[in-house]
Amino acid sequence: MIRNYDKLIFELSKEGRTGYSLPKNVFKENYCPCQLPGNLKRESKPLLPEVTEFDVVRHYTNLSNKNFGVDTGFYPLGSCTMKYNPRLNEEISALPSFAALHPEAPVEATQGALEVYYNLAASLAEISGLAAFTLNPYAGAHGELTGLMIMRSYHEQRGDTKRTKVIVPDSAHGTNPASAAVCGLEIVEVKSTANGTVDVEDLKPLLDDTIAGIMMTNPNTLGIFETEIPEIARLVHECGGLLYYDGANLNAVLGKCRPGDMGFDIMHINLHKTFSTPHGGGGPGDGPVGVRAGLEALLPNPQVKKDAGGKFYIDADEKSAGYVSNFLGNFGVLLRAYTYILTLGRENVKMVGPLAVLNANYVKESLKNEYYLPIEGVCKHEFVFDGLADKSTGVTTLDIAKRLLDYGYHAPTIYFPLLFHQSIMIEPTETESKETLDEFIAVMKKVATEAIENPDVVKNAPHSTPVRRLDETTAARSPKTTYRQLKGER
Amino acid sequence: MLEVAGLKSMDDLYGEIPQQLLFDREFALPEAMSEVEVRRFFETLGNKNAKLACFAGAGVEDHYSPSVIAPILSRGEFLTAYTPYQPEISQGTLQYIFEYQSMICELTGMDVTNASMYDGTTATAEAMMMCVAIAKKRNKVLVSATMNPRVKQVVETYAKYQGVVIETIAEKDGVTDLADLESKLTGDDVAGVILAQPNYYGIVEDYTGVADMCHAKKAMFVMNCKPSALAVLKTPAEWGADIACGDAQSLGIPMCYGGPYVGFLACTNANIRKLPGRIVGATTDVDGKRAFVLTLQAREQHIRREKANSNICSNQSLMALYVTIYMSVMGQKGLKEVCELSYGGAHYLADRLVATGKCSMVYDKPFFNEFAVRTAAPAAKVLDALCANGILGGVRIADDMLLVCVTEQRTKEEMDKFVEIVNNI
Repeated sequence: MIRNYDKLIFELSKEGRTGYSLPKNVFKENYCPCQLPGNLKRESKPLLPEVTEFDVVRHYTNLSNKNFGVDTGFYPLGSCTMKYNPRLNEEISALPSFAALHPEAPVEATQGALEVYYNLAASLAEISGLAAFTLNPYAGAHGELTGLMIMRSYHEQRGDTKRTKVIVPDSAHGTNPASAAVCGLEIVEVKSTANGTVDVEDLKPLLDDTIAGIMMTNPNTLGIFETEIPEIARLVHECGGLLYYDGANLNAVLGKCRPGDMGFDIMHINLHKTFSTPHGGGGPGDGPVGVRAGLEALLPNPQVKKDAGGKFYIDADEKSAGYVSNFLGNFGVLLRAYTYILTLGRENVKMVGPLAVLNANYVKESLKNEYYLPIEGVCKHEFVFDGLADKSTGVTTLDIAKRLLDYGYHAPTIYFPLLFHQSIMIEPTETESKETLDEFIAVMKKVATEAIENPDVVKNAPHSTPVRRLDETTAARSPKTTYRQLKGER
Repeated sequence: MLEVAGLKSMDDLYGEIPQQLLFDREFALPEAMSEVEVRRFFETLGNKNAKLACFAGAGVEDHYSPSVIAPILSRGEFLTAYTPYQPEISQGTLQYIFEYQSMICELTGMDVTNASMYDGTTATAEAMMMCVAIAKKRNKVLVSATMNPRVKQVVETYAKYQGVVIETIAEKDGVTDLADLESKLTGDDVAGVILAQPNYYGIVEDYTGVADMCHAKKAMFVMNCKPSALAVLKTPAEWGADIACGDAQSLGIPMCYGGPYVGFLACTNANIRKLPGRIVGATTDVDGKRAFVLTLQAREQHIRREKANSNICSNQSLMALYVTIYMSVMGQKGLKEVCELSYGGAHYLADRLVATGKCSMVYDKPFFNEFAVRTAAPAAKVLDALCANGILGGVRIADDMLLVCVTEQRTKEEMDKFVEIVNNI
């Protein structure tokens, strides 16, 4: 019933209703924006809803009932690390002593906030084996772009202007080449071997004095650890390039090994994946970028530093790669991540990676008779099936994903990586219990059986969700992206 | 579980990793803290920050945030969802984004907007990249000297790596020098022109004729604006702009030391296919039921990733929900009242400060809720004196100049105290 709620906030509007409460205007008699010159004032009236506070609460509560989050159920979305988000993190980020701070407040009035920034950056440096971090970038893709800006600046400041290409594996996340393009770099693709790792023999001829560096995800998007990484690091450094670590999959090795020790020079971390800040339906996240010793000055401005007396201050370095954000990143998100690290402590940070990897291997081995596992062996935090083991059913990966929705699960990541036609990428994370995994395994097996015995029920799934499969073609052909357009205006 | 996985020990989970890469010492991190200890820890840290009555602006303002917003945002179904890849179980997220898009288009007057951007600085950088992508062979973009320097710095950083040339349009008496703009447009090499409204000094600029000037030279006209002020001010669409962008922090989002906020990027229908980021559109499901879905996904990095004009692949969804709820409870009437209170307070404070004889207005131009004032005493000294009395007096923009901002959260008593302190310096 509740899930059938089908109104837009605009459709609740009744003229004259309001939901706010503002103080009396004591300046009204002398000062009013109506005094502005006529040609500076708005002519049209904005069509905004006129609703009460109660209308708003009920409307958005009903909308939330049509949504699925980690809090709702198991969310095995590969490469997204949908772990539990402790509520303490939310409480801390809402503390008025931080939430009411203006970025232009003098540093004497913000020492607590700067200490959070400084210590979180130092914690991330320790965990990743790098020298220094900026927390300014807002998201993973934003971190990639920032990292590549640092890479380009490093070469240019040495007078090495020929290095305009960056190597990206064919299994990379789609944002890697897009970030490189936005940073003005040319993309060179390196192939994967049959077991999904970077092909060192294919890499060698690509390395010359036009290479700025290589972007790698480790473990890669197939959940496989790049064991040749010491050799790759040696080769890339020998040709004068830098190694960029895409930290999307950092959860796999958290506490077990560190990108800095693998030979990487620059990396980004997704706080909303590895450090348990909520995904928020697509953001806000934060994408800290770390660098090895010698590259600290290149981090974006502003930079937070500590003087000899222990006082924190804000600095701008002229060697910096530039400014990528309004101020010091999504500070509210930083508070959450710092709370998470303090809660885990040094003893439990070491358990994150191993437990995530254990969960992934348990699910993989439990399902490999029903689903086709193209790469055998121990995986890291996630793994990829290439559709059903039984290829005769006509049931696709999309059908399986949709059928899982009927059973109360979020779907895994599908059709990525592109190396396989029917990719199903599963990442359970360390916060799920064995009981949850067992129930998921049972449902996955049931869907595989349905695909053989009653394929139509799978092909037409989902059946029990608030809406069913959507007409995406019409949505794209004649886009209706606002209420006015929906009503046939404009 | 290890047995099912075919392994003997936890170490086997990492058996393939070269030994020298395994981390085998203790992390230099504190020991695990309980909730009680974490709370105490942050209480102590919070006490190292000072609570100040905020008269600082420069792009971030201390606005009223209705109590109804935070509890809705904290609902796990919104808070802990990912990007709405599975629309059948993401209609909550998709519908509020649709509502957000509708409301941003109402405020700006533009036809279409994306599902939101990280913040106002990056949204403006994306607008710059849109201009270059639309113009194809032109790679120069003009930015007014009256633009907030924080925004300009980010636009310049993005431009540097893309080989785009940013030229500054001169400022005259606190506003964009339109004669300089016209002369810089004569080369037929300008992809876009980016102006601010209100500008960095809080002045409401008169952009009469700018759209024609830009369009005659086939340059895009971009306006960076403050959405809360658009309840009263002429919209980017009414000025004839092609793209509107900016930060929506002024729509009730807590200042939170610089973020998270939410950027917006809107344009005319003509440019919809160059608009980066996610867009939600209405459609129907197989049963004919109204539904919402991510649409026009073939535009960007999903398909032509090496040729992408933008690398953004998420949005700032939860903060888009924040401002959507804000605009819903405020409505057109509430937004207008916020403008009236902020405008009224700012003009009252400006007049009172000038009346002390120790301050003078830097510019004689119509302003909204922020103004530049010249101080007889050094600006740093004025700020220190105010700070010692619990007031963040503004942003220092020159040795003898302050930028002062007033919102509906500031009381007449706070303003009178502000004036008294300045008078006693």
